[in-house]
Amino acid sequence: MPKITYIEHNGTEHVVEADAGMTVMETAVKNQIPGIEAECGGACSCATCHVYVEEAWKEATGEPEEMEEDMLDFAFDVRPTSRLSCQIKITGALDGLVVRVPEKQF
Amino acid sequence: MDGREITADAVIIGAGPVGLFCVFELGLLDIKAHLIDILDKPGGQCAELYPEKPIYDIPGLPVVTGQELTDRLLEQAKPFAPEFHLQQRVETLAPQDDGSFLLVTDIGTRFHAKIVIIAAGGGSFTPKRPPLAGIEAYEATSVFYAVRRIEDFRGRNIVVAGGGDSALDWVLNLQPVANSIKLVHRREKFRAAPDSVNKVMALADAGKINFTLGQVMELHGSGGILEAATIRDNDGVSSRHECDTLLPFFGLTMKLGPVADWGLNLHEDLIPVDTEKFQTSQPGIFAVGDINTYPGKLKLILSGFHEAALMAQEAHRIVYPDKKLTFQYTTSSSSLQKKLGVK
Ligand SMILES: Cc1cc2nc3c(=O)[nH]c(=O)nc-3n(C[C@H](O)[C@H](O)[C@H](O)COP(=O)(O)OP(=O)(O)OC[C@H]3O[C@@H](n4cnc5c(N)ncnc54)[C@H](O)[C@@H]3O)c2cc1C
Ligand code: FES
Repeated sequence: MPKITYIEHNGTEHVVEADAGMTVMETAVKNQIPGIEAECGGACSCATCHVYVEEAWKEATGEPEEMEEDMLDFAFDVRPTSRLSCQIKITGALDGLVVRVPEKQF
Repeated sequence: MDGREITADAVIIGAGPVGLFCVFELGLLDIKAHLIDILDKPGGQCAELYPEKPIYDIPGLPVVTGQELTDRLLEQAKPFAPEFHLQQRVETLAPQDDGSFLLVTDIGTRFHAKIVIIAAGGGSFTPKRPPLAGIEAYEATSVFYAVRRIEDFRGRNIVVAGGGDSALDWVLNLQPVANSIKLVHRREKFRAAPDSVNKVMALADAGKINFTLGQVMELHGSGGILEAATIRDNDGVSSRHECDTLLPFFGLTMKLGPVADWGLNLHEDLIPVDTEKFQTSQPGIFAVGDINTYPGKLKLILSGFHEAALMAQEAHRIVYPDKKLTFQYTTSSSSLQKKLGVK
C-alpha cells in the first residue's frame, strides 16, 4: 500500500497507508488529518482541500487541469506547488508522497 | 426599502431544485407559489456551484448538468406561472393571529402567505470571506463583498481581489469614480466574459487602473479604517500598497442565515420534519430538501422531489379546507392535463 505523509502547518506529521485509486483528499478525510475540510466532497468546487505538494513530488503528481486551476483561484495563499488534493489520485508511483496542509483553508 | 405588499397562497423560500419542483406539485393542486432567493438566478446549488457538472442520479435522466436540470425544472413549472423574487433574503418569518404568515425580506418586501415552504438547502448563499487576519473589523467600513451604491466609492483608493466576472465588472463600474483601482489576481487567466477581460486590460494598458499578479496577504489599519494591504506577487515578493477599500470576490458559500431566528425547532442547523407532511414544529410551515432532517434523510435531489409531492397534499388541506382531494395521475387526468396546458 502506498504511504502518504501529511504535514500540518504546525509541523505535525501524519504518515498513513493509502489505497491506490483513492484521492489524497479522501485519504486525508478517512484518517482525520486536520486542516483538510473538503466541503464539496471531492467535486472540485470548493477549494477547501488545498495542499502544497513537496517540491520533489511535483512532477510525479502532475499539473492541475483547467477546472482545478480555476478552482485554485478560490484558495488562500496559493503557491506554485498548490494542488487541490481531491484531484490527485493515488497510484503506486506516489508511494512516499509528501504534502503540506496550508495554515488556513478559505 | 421596497415596501411592496404581496398576498400569496404559498411562499417558497429558496429557488433551488427542490423549491422549483414544489411549484409544480403545488400547482397541480391549484396552489400558486411565489419564490424568494438571495441569488440572482434560480437553481440553488445546481446553478451556483456546479452548473456544468454532470448529475447521474436523477430518475429517468441518465446524465444531466446542474444548469440543464434547473432549466428543465423551470420548464416543468412554467404552466403554473411562479413569481420569482430574486436577490432578496428572507429575514423574518412570523405567524399571524389569523393563521397566516408574514415574511419580510432584506429589501423590505412583505409577503402574506397561507403556507410557507422552506426549501433553503444549505442556507442562503453569502460571499466568502478571505481568511485574512482581522478582516471582520474592516467590514462595512473598508471591506465590502458587494457594491450597493457606486457613489459611495467616489474618490476611494480601491483594491479589487479576484478573477471572476464580479471582480472585473466592479473594476469597470468603479473606475470612473474611484481615485485609484488595483486589481489583484493570481494569474493572467480570468474566469470571466472575454469582453470584460478585454476592457479591463485596455484600462490597465492605458494606465487607468493597475493590474497586479499576486494575492492579498495582510491588511493594515486601525479602528475599522483600512490603510494598506500587503500584496505578494507571483515571485513571492511582498510589498505594501496604500489603500482605503478592499473588495474581495472569491465566490459564494452557504450559511444558514436568518432561518435560525424564526422560532422553529432546529437540530444541528437542520429543521426536523415528520415524514408524512414534511411539516416543521409550526403547522403551516413546511421544510423540504437539504434543509430538513428526519430518520434516514439523504441530501439528494430526488429525496427532495418526493418530499415536495407529499408536502403539497397537506398544503392543499390548509389552503382549501373545504375541498376534498382525489388522487390523480398526470397521464390520465384531464383536469391535471388542463392545468399543465396539454393540448
Ligand atoms: C458539487 C456538488 C455535487 C452534487 N451532486 C449531486 C448529485 O449528483 N445528486 C444529487 O442528488 N445531489 C447532488 N448534490 C446535492 C444537491 O445539489 C442538493 O441536494 C440540492 O441542491 C438541494 O436542493 P435544495 O433545493 O434543497 O437546496 P439548494 O440547492 O441549496 O437551494 C437553496 C436555495 O435557498 C436560498 N436561500 C436559503 N436561505 C434563504 C433566505 N433566507 N432567503 C432567500 N434565499 C435563501 C439559497 O440562496 C439557495 O439558492 C451536489 C451538490 C454539490 C455541491
Ligand atoms: S474537496 Fe472540494 S475542491 Fe476538493
